[in-house]
Amino acid sequence: MLGLGILKGLVETARNFLGSYIDKERLVTVQFPEERLPVAEAARNFPFLIYDGVDPEQGLRCVACQICEKECPPRCITIEKSKDKKPDFVGKQQFYPAVFDIDVSVCMSCQICVEVCPFDAIRMDNEFELSTTDRFGGLLWTKEKLARPNEHYEAIHPTEAAEVEARRAEEKAQADAKKQPSTVTQ
Amino acid sequence: MTQVAEDIMEISMGPQHPSTHGVFRMDVRLEGERVLRLKPVFGYLHRNHEKIAESASYLAAIPYTDRLDYLCSMTNNWGYTLAVEKLAGLAVPERAEYIRVIVAELTRLQNHAGMVGFLLQDMGASGTPLMYAFTQREKVLDLFEELSGARMMCNYMRFGGVRVDCSQQWLEATARLVGAFGGFLDEFEQLLTGNEILMARTQGVGVLPRELAINAGVTGPGLRASGVNYDLRKVDRYGVYERFQFRVPLGEHGDVFDRYMMRVLEMRESLKILEQALRDIPGGAIMDPKAKLRGLRPKVGEAYARIESPKGELGFYLISDGSPNPYRYRVRPPSLINLTVLEDMCLGQNIADVVVILGSIDIVMGEVDR
Repeated sequence: MLGLGILKGLVETARNFLGSYIDKERLVTVQFPEERLPVAEAARNFPFLIYDGVDPEQGLRCVACQICEKECPPRCITIEKSKDKKPDFVGKQQFYPAVFDIDVSVCMSCQICVEVCPFDAIRMDNEFELSTTDRFGGLLWTKEKLARPNEHYEAIHPTEAAEVEARRAEEKAQADAKKQPSTVTQ
Repeated sequence: MTQVAEDIMEISMGPQHPSTHGVFRMDVRLEGERVLRLKPVFGYLHRNHEKIAESASYLAAIPYTDRLDYLCSMTNNWGYTLAVEKLAGLAVPERAEYIRVIVAELTRLQNHAGMVGFLLQDMGASGTPLMYAFTQREKVLDLFEELSGARMMCNYMRFGGVRVDCSQQWLEATARLVGAFGGFLDEFEQLLTGNEILMARTQGVGVLPRELAINAGVTGPGLRASGVNYDLRKVDRYGVYERFQFRVPLGEHGDVFDRYMMRVLEMRESLKILEQALRDIPGGAIMDPKAKLRGLRPKVGEAYARIESPKGELGFYLISDGSPNPYRYRVRPPSLINLTVLEDMCLGQNIADVVVILGSIDIVMGEVDR
């Protein structure tokens, strides 16, 4: 019978429409600004720089090795190395970035800077409401804006952060052991 | 719009046309409503992909491949990493191969669901089928986000394996989605396949003869709809595809309806592959220990790797001169080559069917223009 296929289809549409009143599975729309879905743990948006402790200037993990600057596919990172050095978490003297800028209007959130960083200094943030009225300055993030405490990293990526923390603790223990061999032998 | 002769008109469909949204144009010569000539014009989305990849390192090219066919970033990653693996002689651990199959088949599910939705949208069924398809696509994208951190630009595979391991919860969530997807397909077919309007608009429209499909190098569901049994998952058996039991659906007429049915049937076969892959996935490493992501310098040589992407044969051709970036990088995009037969399918058809035929090829302009 001509039109039977259309009727069957309409039954399907009606089932979805009426079903949305009783079945949560069929009611899929999320009214965004009022309702929010939880952000996935692995979700990534733009990079940030991690610092330990309370002082963003003193605790910044970045040693300005410029690997991420070279590997970044769209070349959105600008780093200038410092003239002097400061001690890092194991007490070794390291350079630090005098300038560390990320142009987030160019960044494509690919996470390659995170993968290549040997110092666990750069990680991906999951903040996504970042609109600004300042087209140039507002999208060029400087060192001060990029620096976030390690607690922030632990809060947004707990599983990954736990692994990194364990590895860093081990490295620190090894470095301490090298410094004072006598205490280890006891 | 120009009057060429009496009763013959030349119009430019697109780039500002709802079905081409700013990136594609067709110069159509019409007699009344009948198409006499049709020339696809593209290049609006050209962004120098191949040259950028030639100046970037092997690692830095991976996120750019995401943006080729932006609906199927996982399969694009796979094609590229397969080429680099051939070039550098890297092996992929078993678990990584299984994860690759799982994400590639999930990609096929969401691409085909979306494609059917868009095809119906172009036909005038505004909203309903597309939104039903996107509800399911959304669930697949949620899985991708949980796994790789991004919904569309996944940047997930690496030469020598995959970037992060999948958790047991992720595998269970995928198994739940696979279990429920069959029910959605039943509903979707109930809604569409028997629909008289769909049949009237698609059966016998845009026929692609078998010989022409082979000669023009058409691949993917478009080729199989014309009755040619050619699926790289069966022909090349790349990855671990030889371990899975699945069939390759074939069409008879090569019209738009066959191309639509091909997508629906392929989704069902993908579900079978997913079930087997989720059942058999082994434990173990996910990266080849020899793989060096940063500063990879493959020895001098060349490699071509191809995979069955949801749209057809996606190939990557790389020449290495021993430096950290490829000397030549070339993509064989299925969308571009499938698009070349558009005129042959449209000749003699009505202008209203041109959009439907275009939709049935399933093109993504990011891949056509690169």
